[in-house]
Amino acid sequence: MSKAEILGRIGRGLGRIEPTAAERERVAARLAAKARNAIPARAQLPEAERQALFIEMAREAAAEVIELSSLQQVPSAVANWLQQTGIDELVVASDNPLPELCKQLPETLRVRQGVAQAGDLASLTLSFLGIAETGTLMLYSRPESPTTLNFLPDNHLVILQRSDIVGVYEEAWSQLRARYPDSLPRTVNMITGPSRSADIEQKLQMGAHGPRRLVIFLVA
Amino acid sequence: MQITSPDFKDNARIALQDVGLQKALGNVKTGFPHKRAAAIARLPEFEQLRDEARDLKNHIIEHLDLYLEAFEAKVLENGGHVHWCRTADEARQTILKICQDKQARTVTKGKSMVTEEINLNEYLEANGVTPVETDLGEYILQLRGEHPSHIIAPAIHLNLEDVSETFHAHHHKPKSMDPAVLMQEAREELRTKFVAADVGITGANFLVAETGSSIIVTNEGNGDLTQTLPKTHIVVTSIEKVVPTLEDMTLFLRLLARSATGQEFTVYNTLSTGPRRPGDQDGPEDYHVVLVDNGRSDMIASELREMLRCIRCAACMNHCPVYGAIGGHSYGWVYPGPMGSVLTPQMIGIEQAALLPNASTFCGKCESVCPVRIPLPKLMRHWRRDEFEKHLTPGAARWGLGVWSFVARRPALYRQLTRIGSRVLRSLAGKKGRISKLPLASGWTDGREMPAPSGKTFMQQWQEQQKARQSS
Ligand code: SF4
Repeated sequence: MSKAEILGRIGRGLGRIEPTAAERERVAARLAAKARNAIPARAQLPEAERQALFIEMAREAAAEVIELSSLQQVPSAVANWLQQTGIDELVVASDNPLPELCKQLPETLRVRQGVAQAGDLASLTLSFLGIAETGTLMLYSRPESPTTLNFLPDNHLVILQRSDIVGVYEEAWSQLRARYPDSLPRTVNMITGPSRSADIEQKLQMGAHGPRRLVIFLVA
Repeated sequence: MQITSPDFKDNARIALQDVGLQKALGNVKTGFPHKRAAAIARLPEFEQLRDEARDLKNHIIEHLDLYLEAFEAKVLENGGHVHWCRTADEARQTILKICQDKQARTVTKGKSMVTEEINLNEYLEANGVTPVETDLGEYILQLRGEHPSHIIAPAIHLNLEDVSETFHAHHHKPKSMDPAVLMQEAREELRTKFVAADVGITGANFLVAETGSSIIVTNEGNGDLTQTLPKTHIVVTSIEKVVPTLEDMTLFLRLLARSATGQEFTVYNTLSTGPRRPGDQDGPEDYHVVLVDNGRSDMIASELREMLRCIRCAACMNHCPVYGAIGGHSYGWVYPGPMGSVLTPQMIGIEQAALLPNASTFCGKCESVCPVRIPLPKLMRHWRRDEFEKHLTPGAARWGLGVWSFVARRPALYRQLTRIGSRVLRSLAGKKGRISKLPLASGWTDGREMPAPSGKTFMQQWQEQQKARQSS
């Protein structure tokens, strides 16, 4: 009932009772076209500069970026980071190639698959894309990669392929749509650096409710 | 929430003398404007994005019913629910009903100004459902029994000392003056609440018609925990938040963080589209969107339509000299600063809020920073006019305006009176050149001195100059 009333009020406010055919067409066309608005020039760069910009912007947002030359280096890099941080447990997503990589982690590390629980110290997931414009990661939910992994643990470790770095958000939407043409995954997370708050006297503190540290393993 | 907008003058007087508040407000002036300016300097396209955002919002509002219907269809297709609520009361009842159907006892909440607008917390509490605010600033305020004084930095009116005392009283831990320690305490306290909550309520910065998604933008990650952990996620938002596509949302996201906090991008920009999918191991089983009108559809037919472009970035209040002097609580309701002076009369009535659109020097700073180019001073003038037409303007002011308009329409009389006035003021000022006491204008001279006029009117000086020029 309120729906009809609200829509009626909007229509009257616009000086008409029903939307006109022309209006319907304009809306349908805009929704179908998915046209791009103005896009900042600074992230529309050739590959090498684009990747360099991603690293620069991610670091500016206080993410840690660890550059690796191959996927094979990931297990030891992850193990090193955890050891230096004094953490001996890890909860991981389960999509490829994570199960294989995890087999190469030291046995002293307690590794678990699945959702994160309150109190977990570190998680490891894959990132779908990196966006150079602001050093942003794009992740999305699926059975193999539960969303809690991105938010509950104290430290979020993410693997990103260099070749998956795009320049601007618009390119990320195109790739996401190509993968999910009919309906988006339940949640899409754009993550730029670790959690923070300036709610106390406008002084920035890291590690509010989400991860205190965000570590990107950037794989060539 | 109790409305104190009619007491605006008293509120402001008290605020100006509040030493703690004045110290805290210093953080607004030194922080946000500089960060915004620095971020914009790095994005040469910023002004172009503002133009496009203004035009796109206008297009959306001209087709608002169609985009809302498209959004709803997509939410339903993804297995979610949409509830249309015309009034605050209807929205509160709808939300309570969803909570009760789930036998919810506690509800975690992400930051949402619309839930402030509909006074949701008090209503839930009165009906046996405990709301827990999870944004750090909102959490501090909930412990103190206060409301936000700013739309993106809710606790900006407080100092470290205040937070320290509040946490000491509630957390039963040793008192700390270290913000990092205080935040850690809040993190630990809220962790258990996140996990235990039956329902999570968030707002939405935008709704995407193309995909049926809502998006929240946060730095803390509290909104994400709020909407991921409980079995039910309720998005409480308002009808003007809809945008056509992901590309269109992107245009606004590029403007929002830079205008608000001066960040390149907010830490978490999270899209939610329906409930968890088959095989998903976490995420809510139910996804509800509560679409609140609460007076917005009535704004379309008037000048106020332009206000519907607002993306709640807070740049206008961050740059407002009046807000900077008196803080958000003085405005007496949910929305403070210039955007509040336009919205509040619409939502609680001009009868109660008439003083707000008058509390402006019309310096124009708000309009100059608004990312969607809302002519805020013009809209405040709309309310001043409305106030005058409804005979709400105080008698003395009406009388004064009447006299002025009589004189102003008679140039000879006007010139003569200004000549006399100018000379009288000049003589009142004495040698000092400044007037420290003026009959009928103590409101001005109590707080500061008034500069004296030169003794000659503008017209006299103009004629003298013209003569001098002709003879030279
Ligand atoms: S009126 Fe403009 S500047 Fe103020 S909050 Fe809204 S969008 Fe931001």
